[in-house]
Amino acid sequence: MSESVLIPSSASAVAATSAPARHAALVRVTHWITALCFIALLVTGIEVLISHPRFYWGETGNVLTQPLFIIPIPSSRSLVPTGYGYVLPDQNGWSRALHFQAAWILVLTGLLYLISSFFTGHFRKNLLPGKADLSWRALSASIADHLRFKRPTPAEARSYNVLQRLAYLFVIFVLVPFVIWTGLAMSLSFVSAFPASVTLLGGQQSARTLHFFVSVALVLFLLVHIAMVWLAGFWGRMRAMITGRAATDTNKEAA
Amino acid sequence: MSDLSRRKLITTGLAAAAGVGGLGVAAHLAQKYGLVPPDHGGIFGLGETLTYASQRLLTRHSLAREFSRSQISKRPVPNEMAPLNDAYKRLQAGGFVDWRLTIDGMVAQPGSFSLAQLKSYPSRNQITQLACEEGWSYIAEWTGVPLSHVLDIVGVQPQARYVVYFSIEPDWWESIDMADALHPQTFLAYGLNGDELPVGNGGPLRLRLPRQLGYKSVKFITHMTVTDSLKRFGKGLGSASPEAGYAWYAGI
Repeated sequence: MSESVLIPSSASAVAATSAPARHAALVRVTHWITALCFIALLVTGIEVLISHPRFYWGETGNVLTQPLFIIPIPSSRSLVPTGYGYVLPDQNGWSRALHFQAAWILVLTGLLYLISSFFTGHFRKNLLPGKADLSWRALSASIADHLRFKRPTPAEARSYNVLQRLAYLFVIFVLVPFVIWTGLAMSLSFVSAFPASVTLLGGQQSARTLHFFVSVALVLFLLVHIAMVWLAGFWGRMRAMITGRAATDTNKEAA
Repeated sequence: MSDLSRRKLITTGLAAAAGVGGLGVAAHLAQKYGLVPPDHGGIFGLGETLTYASQRLLTRHSLAREFSRSQISKRPVPNEMAPLNDAYKRLQAGGFVDWRLTIDGMVAQPGSFSLAQLKSYPSRNQITQLACEEGWSYIAEWTGVPLSHVLDIVGVQPQARYVVYFSIEPDWWESIDMADALHPQTFLAYGLNGDELPVGNGGPLRLRLPRQLGYKSVKFITHMTVTDSLKRFGKGLGSASPEAGYAWYAGI
């Protein structure tokens, strides 16, 4: 097992200073808490969806009204006409409880990440693309690299490429805030205090439908994210996000 | 042990102590200001408590959204329901003339109210949304008497903290805190869209709590108890919902 920099020994202290961590400890810890919360939110979200796999637009929607679209899956409620001859077991109780608990932990972890990242300059240093990277030439070169599944050189792997930076910024500052907003806009109590949070979205059922689409977008991000980690070298990247040390450091040690 | 790691150990220890102390103070304050739900135990207690505490602080006096008549759903969904029990059927056969709502517990004068009595009090209307935890919803106009009006008549004692309410159907009961019980939109509802409240929607008498999900709006209400503690009711989790795995507080 690799030595953690937290273990008080002079050897690891030297290693830590000579090779700065690929990912700061705070980024690593918040990453994995977020990952766990996201899996919990996804599984429980699907369970709740199964109890009414119909989507609507506007304020109201139910089995007596016209849906916007239907997910063609069986339901955990006999009230919903699905065309399947059976009803799945009700999992809404623990699913809703875990959904909100994971949401709370994700929001608190996200706040810790946001606040500390503004202090450490994480966004500026690691996520904001440089001006030169945002030119059409640089962007199309990066897109072409991705389309050719070109693996990054060890030097390139020490920082994020421009598409990666834009994707992470989009998730952190657009998708996650929007999924929280659309989630809260379904809360009868929350919207009693902040009615504009739901009327701006077009109504409670619109909020639910948008919540579904943002979740789908987040799942697509997760799939691409895992695919990219896989292509770039799964174990090296996992090691970097768990121990903080990039694969290049260990290569040096092994040599 | 090097100086660096000792300093780290001390600061970590102090931070942990401060954290534990802070949590202790927070728990004490939360308990004092009624921000801890009765189902705060168990693995989801953290989430339930954070949700209830934050929503109670944000929404103590906020009003559920009300809609225009044109937004009323064409058909209010009567939820699926098992056949009602014999006690209900007997009262139904008599046109609900003998239906009674009894209120006891921490009140100055326990009372028993017929539907005619409840209807003789100043009636109010609200066009609000009923949303189910499953995801569907409808908007309807509810007519009834604010619960606070009836609680005023029986005289709630100052140490009361919750109102527990029971359906004529067995094992169907919920409870709410006083903020919700005295909220102006919490109704004892007996009318829907200008008519008598249909059986499928909870007639003749249903609690209407528009800032929480539908399952808190218990149908066929016959009994209420005002109390300072929920420990004596059922398994002590506040209502039948937590016993079935659902949250006591359903503001989200």
